[in-house]
Amino acid sequence: MQKTYYDPADLKKFGKISEWNEELGSKFFEYYNSVFKEGALSEREKSLIALAVSHTEQCPYCIDAYTKDGLQRGITKEEMMEALHVGAAIKSGATLVHGVQMMNKVNKLEM
Amino acid sequence: MATKSLHKRNSDLANSNRQLDILSNGIFKNGELPTFKSKLAETNLAPIKAKKIEILQINVGYMCNQVCEHCHVDAGPDRQEIMTRETMQQCLNVIENSGAHTLDLTGGAPEMNPHFRWFVEEASKAGIKDFIVRSNLTIIKANKKYYDLPEFFKKHNVHVVSSMPHWTRGKTDKQRGNGVFDSSIEALKMLNAVGYGMPESPLKLDLVYNPSGAFLPGNQAALEKDFKKALKEDFNIQFHNLFAITNLPISRFLDYLIASENYEDYMYSLVEAFNPSAVANVMCTNTLSVSWDGYLYDCDFNQMLELPVNSKAKHISEFNQDLLEGRNIVISQHCYGCTAGAGSSCQGSVT
Repeated sequence: MQKTYYDPADLKKFGKISEWNEELGSKFFEYYNSVFKEGALSEREKSLIALAVSHTEQCPYCIDAYTKDGLQRGITKEEMMEALHVGAAIKSGATLVHGVQMMNKVNKLEM
Repeated sequence: MATKSLHKRNSDLANSNRQLDILSNGIFKNGELPTFKSKLAETNLAPIKAKKIEILQINVGYMCNQVCEHCHVDAGPDRQEIMTRETMQQCLNVIENSGAHTLDLTGGAPEMNPHFRWFVEEASKAGIKDFIVRSNLTIIKANKKYYDLPEFFKKHNVHVVSSMPHWTRGKTDKQRGNGVFDSSIEALKMLNAVGYGMPESPLKLDLVYNPSGAFLPGNQAALEKDFKKALKEDFNIQFHNLFAITNLPISRFLDYLIASENYEDYMYSLVEAFNPSAVANVMCTNTLSVSWDGYLYDCDFNQMLELPVNSKAKHISEFNQDLLEGRNIVISQHCYGCTAGAGSSCQGSVT
């Protein structure tokens, strides 16, 4: 039996998701592919956003995929790490901004 | 980074049969991945047949001033295979009569062949439409005797195609050796100074991009845009086109893939990216590769794997268009490198 929840080889099988629901699977992949096409944002910019979000979502498949995608596009390590810090900053900011709620609650409850 | 070729190190992988073994066994033997032959059959594209020769690519020797980590030639300062003047003369006879529109000199560093200048002078008289020399750039700065190469190229209207794996120092030096980036930048400035690569200039300067690692090249046009922007802004350097070339899993790149435990994943990437429409335009269909000792191959990669042309004409001295046209191209799993994604050739992507 598989001893880990994640197997890097499973990423290659992502397309098989459609086998159990062809209609929704196809719709998803069509949507997904459209999202990453050059538009108002370049494919390169989208790849960096995807890399940052992959980390905030903590998806190991996505991290593998978009790290490789970035290298293929000539994106540098420095650019990748800066993008990650944007994700990390939003994650930590999102934690800390809730502190206002904590403070409000404390102020409300304390005499 | 290694400073000696696989041959000099007596590496297993210096042996072409060993490389072919690796490419035929493992994941291709156990059926995990389809062989290139069965993939072609699946898509009704087998066999690949040679058309009329349009590009004559001559490898004038494996000696090089660099020892790049990804080199499919296993070139380096320690390689002694150098084309003789006699073989060059045989090539000249073919250049004058073959009708090929492109002559493409490669190596090693072709400039290190002692007869290089004589050969260029003679070949340039043949009226070839596009006369390419693949220069690694650093050779121009390697020794005083090469400083005038930009002027020499200009005099003979040579089309210069140069390797440049990235617009940043770190990525370039990691693949090609310390100091290569700075030296390449200097050489590009020298080429620009005599008119190479300038907008509207007839002196063509193109760059070749190879990924510096176990991944495929991205979109050629997008990479060209990024290269142009960075080289112009950072160094005021200009060039014409960027050729994005996939690293084929042979020789030193194969050695790297195995040592870094990337071989299987890389082969998966190549197979998954198989593009039937790239097959129609692979370079072996219109190119003939000549080795330093005059033997004929379907491409420079087959030359390194010692897979000769499937024809009665085996040597440049036996060149015969009728015998070579229509021959079946000799294939193995390395061929997936030329059919992945947008396809790859010495002229960049093919679709």
